[in-house]
Amino acid sequence: MKRTRSLNRRKFIAATAAAAAGPAVGCKASRSPWRFFTAGEAQTMNAICEQIIPADDAPGAAWAGVIRYIDRQLMGRFREHQKTYRDGIAAVNRLAGAPFETLDPGKQLEVLKKAEKDKGVRPFFDLAVAHTMQGFYGSPRHGGNRDWISWQMLGIPVSPSRGREHYDRSKGVKS
Amino acid sequence: MSLKKVDAVVVGAGAGGGVVAKELAVNGLSVVLLERGKWYTPADCRKDDLRNQRTTILGNNTGPDDEGNPRVLVDQQGRERIVYPSQGGYNNNAACVGGGTATYGAMAWRFHPKDFRMRSEYGAPEGSTLEDWPISYDDLEPHYEKAEWEIGVSGDDSGNPFKGPRKKPLPMPPLPPSREETILRAAALRLGLHPFNIPMLRNSVPYGGRASCMRCRWCVGFLCEVDAKNGTQNTVIPAALATGNCELRSNCMVKEILLDDRGRAKGVAYFDANGRLQEQPADLVVVSGAATESARLLLNSKHRLHPNGLGNRYDWVGRNLQGHTYTGAIGFFEQETYDDLGPGAGIAICDYNHGNKGLRGGAMLANEFIRLPIQFLNFLPPGAPRWGKAHKDAMRKFYTHTIAVQGPTQEMPVWESRVQLDPKVKDRWGIPVLRMSGYRHPHTLEIGNFMSEKAAQWLKQAGAVQVWPKRAGQGLSGGQHQAGTCRMGNDPKTSVVNKYCQLHEVDNVFVADGSVHVTNGGFNPVLTIMAIGYWAADYIVKTWKGTRFRS
Repeated sequence: MKRTRSLNRRKFIAATAAAAAGPAVGCKASRSPWRFFTAGEAQTMNAICEQIIPADDAPGAAWAGVIRYIDRQLMGRFREHQKTYRDGIAAVNRLAGAPFETLDPGKQLEVLKKAEKDKGVRPFFDLAVAHTMQGFYGSPRHGGNRDWISWQMLGIPVSPSRGREHYDRSKGVKS
Repeated sequence: MSLKKVDAVVVGAGAGGGVVAKELAVNGLSVVLLERGKWYTPADCRKDDLRNQRTTILGNNTGPDDEGNPRVLVDQQGRERIVYPSQGGYNNNAACVGGGTATYGAMAWRFHPKDFRMRSEYGAPEGSTLEDWPISYDDLEPHYEKAEWEIGVSGDDSGNPFKGPRKKPLPMPPLPPSREETILRAAALRLGLHPFNIPMLRNSVPYGGRASCMRCRWCVGFLCEVDAKNGTQNTVIPAALATGNCELRSNCMVKEILLDDRGRAKGVAYFDANGRLQEQPADLVVVSGAATESARLLLNSKHRLHPNGLGNRYDWVGRNLQGHTYTGAIGFFEQETYDDLGPGAGIAICDYNHGNKGLRGGAMLANEFIRLPIQFLNFLPPGAPRWGKAHKDAMRKFYTHTIAVQGPTQEMPVWESRVQLDPKVKDRWGIPVLRMSGYRHPHTLEIGNFMSEKAAQWLKQAGAVQVWPKRAGQGLSGGQHQAGTCRMGNDPKTSVVNKYCQLHEVDNVFVADGSVHVTNGGFNPVLTIMAIGYWAADYIVKTWKGTRFRS
């Protein structure tokens, strides 16, 4: 019992560390540190997310940890989408003619534009877009939006926001 | 197993049920208040922007859970599918103590006097069951006032010349204006319109023993962290419990209303928090589960004398489901409009609720609640890049520079828009679930488009350099503003309850929630639901002192 628990804990730490490392995800590890993705799938997916919300002056989806959000939800609420992801990632790699993440960014963009128009891949791509947005703009508690990076990008004060008048009750509220 | 008999059992601790339970309890009736959901506290706010009543990507924060609570939705082509509470087609309202009032935006509108006589004013369009209410604004006025003072409303509608007469002002002043309000007020005045501060069930100053709003951005859809949002869960329900006459049982799902040999109610059967079936005897049953679930309970309460469900002799239970058709416009401004002040909505006009040429009614228009970044994805202009660097740039450009104006268009009720029991699908307790079908009346969409144009005009006058419309779909309407399924009326053949919310068929069963609304006004309906609760309770208490419903 104790043994299992400590193993799980080790796995968890490995996954967190790997996620933080971003694209360098467990290169040659035989066992994936992810809950749903294989190590290879995670690398591809991470690159797809990074194209959906790329880094510019502000970090993109990879830095924000969007893959962590998607991976968690695929073993939770998004369970029904597991097959779409598994098949979709494979299809994107086929369109790419090589592991997607190994292409240069310009080529990756071309592949995704093709994926967006491809009747077979489109459902996966639409999901990936929606989930990347959620992981990027949603609460960090779900694994993405590291350091509220998207909120910083939008220039709005970062949580915890306690409201403006909370600490200034002495003045009362004027009508 | 039978529990100790009480005078009244109230099913559903939301806007209607909370008020009724309190009124009965303070007048000396013994009451059991049953609620299928939990009782949350301000500490349950959680600020989870992916899981709340407004953004349900990861579920509802105040229930019901997806698991075990399916419904069947039939689309206009007749295709049916299972839907869950976190999906739009479910037309969910919250399941918790306080119901929708625990997490709502809290606009506290009185309906317009003409909203109670829509058929007389305009005539029903073809394909609509548009009708007058059997009661008037004047009948409800004292009850509106009671709701405003007992539950607590801030705002200032003195600048609204279109409102029905009020005897007493609102108990609290409005919150100081936000940047959006300042911009919109000036523009409305330039257009010759009549802007004013939205009445809100929210403390602008300490009231009712609780703090004032701290103006955070976690408002509509969330439990209020500082308990400054006034729902039934922090006002009338605690007051009911304080009398010692009311017992609240949460996590209790009512299965059916129990009927005696003569077809009168003798109590309810419910599954308690441990899933055990219980029987609660009572002289009186008040159904307040909101328009969808109240209809379901009546339909599930079958009897030799009520073979189609209670109150359903003429097939009116579950009919005329309506909500609001929200339309409006969004404007992009060169100046920054975002000031990070909740609740966001603050200014409204009622210039277009009535008197629109060729249209039956209209809507109040107001600025939208504060938008979290994930919600803002739905506010980007059409054609905005949905991914890539261009998407990021669009978010940067628009997020802090837009204002949205919209309004709840009063809908033309449709007979075919309805809830029934599904013959096959059951919930986790084995109770038949709802099967929903129907559509919006074309005239509703026409009015909605008109409101959208008016919103755009307001935004342009305010200086928006780019304006895009927010339009509505044709599908079944309901949602959190759900209403109409147990219509109030004088004729038992064309309505479910009489003007006191009492079933025509059974004198000791009442329905007190949005179900009884004949029409749903061009306004958020909650204050009217609360007023209806006071109105019905007033009649119940008076009748109780006479017959005690033991005929």
